[in-house]
Amino acid sequence: MLLIPCPYCGERPELEFRYAGEAHVARPADPMKTTDEEWAEYLYFRSNPKGIHIERWRHISGCARFFNCVRDTVSDKILKTYKAGEPRVDLKQFEKGAN
Amino acid sequence: MVELKVTRRSAFEGLHAIGVSGKVSATPSALATRFSFRGDHEAAQRASKAFGVTLPLALLKAETNGTRTAISLGPDEWLLIAEDGAAQLLADEIEKALGTHFHSLVDISHRNTGFDVSGAEAATFLATGNPLDLHISAFPVGMATRTIFSKAEIVLWRKSADTFHVEIWRSFLPFMWGLLEEAAHEL
Amino acid sequence: MSLHLRTTQSGRINRSKPLTFTFDGKSYKGFHGDTLASALLANGVHLMGRSFKYHRPRGVVTAGSDEPNALVSVGVGARHTPNLRATQVELYDGLVAKSQNAWPSLSFDIGSINNVLSPLFVAGFYYKTFMWPNIAWKKLYEPIIRRAAGLGTAPTSPDPDHYSTRYAHCDVLVIGAGAAGLSAALAAAESGARVILCDEQAELGGSLLSDLHATIDGKSASEWVAHAVQTLSAKSGMVTLLPRTQAFGYFAQNFVGLVERVTDHLASPDKKLPRDRLWQVRAKEVVIATGAHECPLVFPDNDRPGIMLADAARIFANRYGVRPGGRAVVATAHDSAYQATLDLKAAGVSIERIVDLRHEANGALPNAARAAGIRVDVATAITGSTGSLRVKSARVSKINTDGEEDIPCDLILMCGGWTPSVHLFSQSRGKLKFDAERNVFIPDISVQAERSAGACKGSETLSDAFADGFSAGSDAATKVGFKASLHSVTVSGVHEAKGGFLGAVPHPHDAGRVKAFVDFQNDVTAKDIKLATREGMRSIEHVKRYTTTGMATDQGKLSNMNALAIASQALDKSIPELGLTTFRQPYTPISFGAMANHSRGDLFDPVRRTPTHAWAEKYGAAFEDVGLWKRAWYFPKAGEDMHKSVLRECKTVRETAGIFDASTLGKIEVVGLDAAEFMNLLYTNPWSKLEVGRLRYGVMLNEAGFVMDDGVVGRIAEDRFHVTTTTGGAPRVMNHMEDYLQTEFPHLKVHLTSTTEQWAVVAVQGPKARDIIKPLVKGIDLSNESMPHMSVKLGKICGVPTRLFRMSFTGELGFEVNVPADYGQAVWEAIWAEAQKHNACAYGTETMHVLRAEKGFIIVGQETDGTMTPDDVGLAWTIGKIKPDFVGKRSLTRPDLVKSDRKQLVGLLPLDPKTLLEEGVQIVGKANVPTGTPALGHVTSSYESAVLGRTFALAVVAAGRSRIGETLYVPMPGGDIAVKVTDPVFYDKEGARLNG
Repeated sequence: MLLIPCPYCGERPELEFRYAGEAHVARPADPMKTTDEEWAEYLYFRSNPKGIHIERWRHISGCARFFNCVRDTVSDKILKTYKAGEPRVDLKQFEKGAN
Repeated sequence: MVELKVTRRSAFEGLHAIGVSGKVSATPSALATRFSFRGDHEAAQRASKAFGVTLPLALLKAETNGTRTAISLGPDEWLLIAEDGAAQLLADEIEKALGTHFHSLVDISHRNTGFDVSGAEAATFLATGNPLDLHISAFPVGMATRTIFSKAEIVLWRKSADTFHVEIWRSFLPFMWGLLEEAAHEL
Repeated sequence: MSLHLRTTQSGRINRSKPLTFTFDGKSYKGFHGDTLASALLANGVHLMGRSFKYHRPRGVVTAGSDEPNALVSVGVGARHTPNLRATQVELYDGLVAKSQNAWPSLSFDIGSINNVLSPLFVAGFYYKTFMWPNIAWKKLYEPIIRRAAGLGTAPTSPDPDHYSTRYAHCDVLVIGAGAAGLSAALAAAESGARVILCDEQAELGGSLLSDLHATIDGKSASEWVAHAVQTLSAKSGMVTLLPRTQAFGYFAQNFVGLVERVTDHLASPDKKLPRDRLWQVRAKEVVIATGAHECPLVFPDNDRPGIMLADAARIFANRYGVRPGGRAVVATAHDSAYQATLDLKAAGVSIERIVDLRHEANGALPNAARAAGIRVDVATAITGSTGSLRVKSARVSKINTDGEEDIPCDLILMCGGWTPSVHLFSQSRGKLKFDAERNVFIPDISVQAERSAGACKGSETLSDAFADGFSAGSDAATKVGFKASLHSVTVSGVHEAKGGFLGAVPHPHDAGRVKAFVDFQNDVTAKDIKLATREGMRSIEHVKRYTTTGMATDQGKLSNMNALAIASQALDKSIPELGLTTFRQPYTPISFGAMANHSRGDLFDPVRRTPTHAWAEKYGAAFEDVGLWKRAWYFPKAGEDMHKSVLRECKTVRETAGIFDASTLGKIEVVGLDAAEFMNLLYTNPWSKLEVGRLRYGVMLNEAGFVMDDGVVGRIAEDRFHVTTTTGGAPRVMNHMEDYLQTEFPHLKVHLTSTTEQWAVVAVQGPKARDIIKPLVKGIDLSNESMPHMSVKLGKICGVPTRLFRMSFTGELGFEVNVPADYGQAVWEAIWAEAQKHNACAYGTETMHVLRAEKGFIIVGQETDGTMTPDDVGLAWTIGKIKPDFVGKRSLTRPDLVKSDRKQLVGLLPLDPKTLLEEGVQIVGKANVPTGTPALGHVTSSYESAVLGRTFALAVVAAGRSRIGETLYVPMPGGDIAVKVTDPVFYDKEGARLNG
């Protein structure tokens, strides 16, 4: 069971959380102006990387907030979490050799 | 018109008291009025005056004054607990204090039910289903949070070194109670 | 018990507490403190099991949790537990144990014919021998193999024991309570850290418990252990000592699973105690102190009863006071066997010879053995053994010569050296490195907050184990933030022990004709591993799977290193090049009971009951599970089955009225200045113009445009909506709404609160509905004019506050009475009393389903399956046409969602009005179509209707609305059923009854 650092509550057990898919997949501001291809891209296409992934979690049985989480899908290590609405983090800081 | 005298029927009806002498007991709390209060810090400050307890602005804290308690569950969410029968009066007072300032006040007096777990082994007893570190150094007196007990969601508040208050949705109570009865056997 | 097999004094058994037990029906005596294995040995019983494949007679090899052979079943009836290691089963009075995998008896096992037929059973035999014919696999090979192979049998009745779990948190978890573990715990505990110390054995102390020579700070090993345990016990509240507790799995972020065997060692345990307790430990820092495993030697016929590891024999003698034999031959490549030999000699075992594979053996211990008058032959291998149910002689041979000598004996001790127990370190994802000098894998790079100490780290001496332990414990506590001082002890009386040999022992025989076992339990020989490499297996993972080496219940604790060495030689690759197979949880087998713990029976999942549940129970309701809820399904009267009960309930509701518990419906209070705007975005419907006091049926889509939920929504105030959801959809809908509110529409001034359990809901439906509630309601005008269909008013019922909804899910005049849940049953009872005056009935979910289907109302999840658009199910009318956006709107214009041949909701009437279609059956366009014809759609709901006097169904059919009037077919095993396609509304199409 992972310990997940909720940006509001601190480290809490995974059982209190629910996964909510890839982060920073913003809903188009005016969906009706998107083409079918653009809309399908938004609906169905995700990056699914081997390695660093920014994803959403919800501390559903805690503060109930959605937040963003940078996780390495290989090591399962959580590198950073931040509140929903904050800008996408720069992944450079997590590259090998960076501190 | 048919005149009826209808009283609250506690969700604890039919459940047996849990007690392990010298170690732990689980005791239903008195019937209560409860609200879910939502809003920003300004809203919380206004509500504090009407409610008679300072709604804690820091997360995961409980403030209490006599029969009234305010618990901060999230950045804009408080659970307010007060004596039974106070729902209408409190709602009127709080709504008046807030005016048009954005907030939400919802009566959940009957949604939740509450009980106290107390005794020297209270933390160990709750650790049979709760994954948080309940050691006093990690979960001090006055801390409160929404969390889980096995497959049920609860609110857990440490009232004193060896007393916890549990809030749980009424239909999940028998499940949690059943687990606590099993846990009590082995304390 | 043969007293001559007991030593006079030594050991930790209590000679004043004799115990009686049975093994395979025969009664034996042992002492308190014995394991089943030590007690059997004390009775001269070495034969404890039969091997998996060849059914070869086997005796105990080890004295601990790595035992591969002595697997027994303990207990009787449902309590019987198979595959327990006799070396870990603590003896109690009356213990009943049985051998496994032998028929008719352990000493005469017909299955041992496999031993003779073994050329058929080479590695990979499963994959080769039984390929064809296909039918023979199912009828012949599999049943026979299943009976002949396999270990113990599983009990067939429910487990009468109970199991428990708890979470625990600590600063420092120490795994293993030998010299290193105890000193780590002492160091950490002294600093003030919260410590958990666990050990798989009944007593803390590890190898110190069988050490008769060491002096630690002037104390004997056992005195030092007693003192350490006492020091730790005194820190109650800060230190938790867990003997009989296996750390079986090391998971992410120092989450470690332990199983404590609570009652298995007790003759008559308190029934309240769990049998096993699962500890889910989160440790800030971990010290792994799991020791090392002694390696067997792979020589021909190395598996006869009476052949065991040297240190195991030493433990039996020193700790349990048992002489495992009378005359022993010792085969070794490591100095530690010499200490074992000396101890056994002191215990009264005659030592016939020590043969050492090494060319020289000149350490302190070999010299001490020579000084004790024991003959030591170096550069000499053990090349075989004789005997059947017990070893009779050891065959030895000078290396690289043909001459063999048989030395009569009843005990052969072997020692190929020691391999660190790196299992938990490896599970923690730590990286191992290979120490080529000593041929061992040792911990290298940690990934989690842990460190190893003692033999599991590769340390070879007792002094090092203590030093490691104190240092690891103090390091761990310091990392958490405690001030720890570094202790040390002075150890004397122990000698350096070096050496080791991996792989197959050289012998002068035809390697293809001998059985030199690598994995005892799975009967994998050196020959099998070489064969696997010859047949093309290159990776050690493939060799493992092909031969099954290391896949038995001991998880390769004894076999891995030898298998690796043999494969390495065969493939001409170094051991580090070949790598190591993955160490997986659990370290040793643990019970399913411990894993499931409380999650069984009534406590498997929460069982949610409504406030009126007790009433429904009293009135004989049958219940159905809907999500976690128990809902009243139907209320049979005397003599009624479900069918009759439902027909009566349906008829009563349509003719007079019925009352129904709708409390399980999800409810969400949507509050805030932007509440209507939020609703506009989350539902297909327009909400801005819904007046306060009015209700609207709402449809929720997911972003893909598919119906995900529906429900009636009331506007309680300008800024307050009372939203209802389906029973099963409540948590999903709440999460969906919160998701959009928090992440896509955070600018909206709205808050959401679940009120599902705040309100009990009594639906009163039927022509008499108003008459029933009228006497109970105060402050609300119930007339059509004041309170028309789809309106909500606040007032009182039975003196308590209500949100009274005028609505209908039956097509009849109806109300839904919302009252705070604690009043639910009282209000229900009051309404019931009034209902009875009108001969109304209570009805359950089945009647609700029939009545709504007669009206063509869908149930989300029954008519929809996650791929239905509003138009597909006839709900396009709910869509607010001028709304610029709502969740799912854009998708509704995607090409696939506007195709003309999409499945659409229709009604079906079987041509035979008595034929009831099965729900889920497929529908085709023609009679007698061949198998494989694509279906046009399927039946979603099917009932018999009281009011229609016939059966009817709802279905989704491709371009269904254009097929109304057509005859379609439902192919069934008994022949096609012809059905007519109709409009989905079967009753009161114009809706006149709603306004009654």
